[in-house]
Amino acid sequence: MSVNALPKISRELLTTVAFTALIVLLIAVAAITTENFLTQTNLTNLLKQMVTTGLLAYGMLVVILTGGIDLSVGSVVAFSGILTAGMVSSLPIPAAMAIGVASGIGFGLVNGMLVARFGLAPFVVTLASLTTIRGLAFVYSEVPIAPEDPAFFTLGSAMAGPIPVSTIIMFAVFLVGGVFLTRTPAGRSIIAIGGNAETVRLAGINVRRHIVLAYTIAGLCAGLAGVILASRVGIAQPSVGVAFELDAIAACVIGGASLAGGKGSVRATFGGVLVLVLINNLLNLYGVQSFWQQVLKGLIIIAVILAQRTNRVRA
Amino acid sequence: MSLELRSVRKSYGEVEVLHGVDLTGRDGEVLAVVGANGAGKSTLIRIFAGAHEMSSGEMLIDGEPVRLRSPHDAHERGIRTVYQELSIVPGLSVTENLLMGQFPKRKTGLIDWPAAHRRAKELLDAAGFGAIEPRTIAGRLTIARQQMVEIAKALAGEVRVLVLDEPSAVLAGSDLDALFELIRRLKARGVLVVYVSHRLAEVMELADSIVVIKDGAIIETTEPSRTSEDELIRLMAGRKLEQIYPERRASPGEARLTVTDLSRRGEFSDISFELRAGEIVGLFGLVGSGRSEMARCVFGAEPASSGSGAFRSPAEAISHGLAFVTEDRKRTGLIGGMSVLDNIALATMRASTRGPLIDMSGRKERVAGMIDLLSIQPARCATMPVASLSGGNQQKAVLAKWLLAEPRVLILDEPTRGVDMATRVDIYRMIDALAREGLAVLLISSDLTEVLGATDRVLVMREGRLAGELPSEGTTEDEVLAHAIGVAA
Repeated sequence: MSVNALPKISRELLTTVAFTALIVLLIAVAAITTENFLTQTNLTNLLKQMVTTGLLAYGMLVVILTGGIDLSVGSVVAFSGILTAGMVSSLPIPAAMAIGVASGIGFGLVNGMLVARFGLAPFVVTLASLTTIRGLAFVYSEVPIAPEDPAFFTLGSAMAGPIPVSTIIMFAVFLVGGVFLTRTPAGRSIIAIGGNAETVRLAGINVRRHIVLAYTIAGLCAGLAGVILASRVGIAQPSVGVAFELDAIAACVIGGASLAGGKGSVRATFGGVLVLVLINNLLNLYGVQSFWQQVLKGLIIIAVILAQRTNRVRA
Repeated sequence: MSLELRSVRKSYGEVEVLHGVDLTGRDGEVLAVVGANGAGKSTLIRIFAGAHEMSSGEMLIDGEPVRLRSPHDAHERGIRTVYQELSIVPGLSVTENLLMGQFPKRKTGLIDWPAAHRRAKELLDAAGFGAIEPRTIAGRLTIARQQMVEIAKALAGEVRVLVLDEPSAVLAGSDLDALFELIRRLKARGVLVVYVSHRLAEVMELADSIVVIKDGAIIETTEPSRTSEDELIRLMAGRKLEQIYPERRASPGEARLTVTDLSRRGEFSDISFELRAGEIVGLFGLVGSGRSEMARCVFGAEPASSGSGAFRSPAEAISHGLAFVTEDRKRTGLIGGMSVLDNIALATMRASTRGPLIDMSGRKERVAGMIDLLSIQPARCATMPVASLSGGNQQKAVLAKWLLAEPRVLILDEPTRGVDMATRVDIYRMIDALAREGLAVLLISSDLTEVLGATDRVLVMREGRLAGELPSEGTTEDEVLAHAIGVAA
């Protein structure tokens, strides 16, 4: 029952150190054992690949903190991308992109309302929207759409010095998102709801509204990720984004977030994103077949979580 | 069978809650364990039940040392425990609750339901609760009847020790008579009954021997013929009553909360009362009387069916100056995983912002002020998880949360449950001081001494209705209880 304050701090420190060590190790292994890791092309690629998982992971974290889950983000990525690409022919590009992001916000809002207003289980609601939104993406366009206007590619491919603009956007989301969760009443309320919703409700805080907000943020992140991905690849496919939600959830969990809610850190989630992206990149460089990549990734996630667990039990 | 504890100690983390308890119970005896809230009774019960292992010391059954590693161990040895918190599964039938996992089966391996219901009926009859129909869904029974099912369940198989934790808290009238009758029969059969209660009148009537536990130690072993209720109270509290409760002389000011004909279907009806500035009003009722439900409804946590005085949401209640310290701090008062700071600041978060951001340093300062004012221990606990504090300090943290909101009306639901005596005295002083400054307080309690000692007048609820209003001065505990049970003239 009694947890000392001191071991807790050092435990957090230990986790941070272990995490950083893991990331450094992955980078070192990659740099030493492969020729291509440290090349400009690969590093730029890495930074770009990080964007989708990163954005989805932040949105997922916000939902997980409330004690929920959003399985629909992969489908939202597909829908917002193809909607934007489809709109490009008739609208200015920024407007088309804004509509794509807005569609993500809209889907998040609906998910949130269904969870909060009607008290439906988040797993079920977002499982249903996963298939619904995927279907809508195909209804909108069965075939991939490839806009010809080169301005469409700017968001996903522009560089600010050595760093892709899209990566900077993702960093900004993590930065602003971190402040949101730690320093604003709404962010604190979201975490508190995951800890004990009834206590929060009796403290006069509107629990439903904050749950809707959390899903809306996840939708916004997914919409943004979809638009950036379509712009980077240069072509929007209705079939893109399958199982993206799993990477996002994995990043949160590797970062120590509790799926029961109330516990999770923005910084550690970002660490989780780095671990996942580095593993992917490394396996690609090694030329590991993609099915084996899936197997290995699964095993690595379990190993990381088990390591955290023993660490926690010992401390 | 005899049951003996020798210098039993129990610690949770670094906090020791039992400091060497010695205790002997013989077969065919009713051994009463009395003590104030937080004295260590529950821990003792959990050790008997095998739910918690003692940190050191010995338990002897018939002179043989035993180690109970799990509730299953205790059960195997014939030790049965009925907790105050019921463990009935409300969606299942009485039969399923009684036989839980041990159903008579047919040759095909399927459950033989007629035989199961017969077996359940036998168990209920044997316990003297034959009025309960085995096929009923347990959740539809009154709380008292659910308690009886729980007792009947504990009596299945060979019972040698029966531990009852506050069994009378939910029983009244003929149900209570049935329980006493059952205890006498068990006694005659040679069962040792450990009876934990703070209703001293029953203890004096039932017990063969009485042990008084205070601050984790047995301070007195006695018998009804050698003691009195007054002496027991003094022993339990470690001080005289007038040293526990501050002297109250209220001069009530303007009405702060007026509730008129408030009803909520299935829970309570036609409740009317008024809380005035500067007064402390007690609210007493047995479990199931609707007292907490009424308070939740006034605070806006549940909608009312009719009547006026209740708020539409907790947010609205808070904006009108209400604060509500709920009965169960773990489930509705605190967020266990979050820090003391986050918990105390929860209800005032929106009011303490600078632009869109929380004013972190101002918030920290205000919370530190509260930790200091209420002397929450340890003093530097702000960043510690609130769940790591002791029960009494957790309760102070809940109180701190609401005091930060500077309420005009404070509703306290069982504020001293599981709280040690020193902290209780602190809490009584605090609410007395706040009332003197004009706060209106509604103190809900199932502790008769408290509900009379700490208040100016007492409202009594029975079966969802207001059954009486009594001045605290000059009213006896029996009179309050009589109104709560419904035997008052």
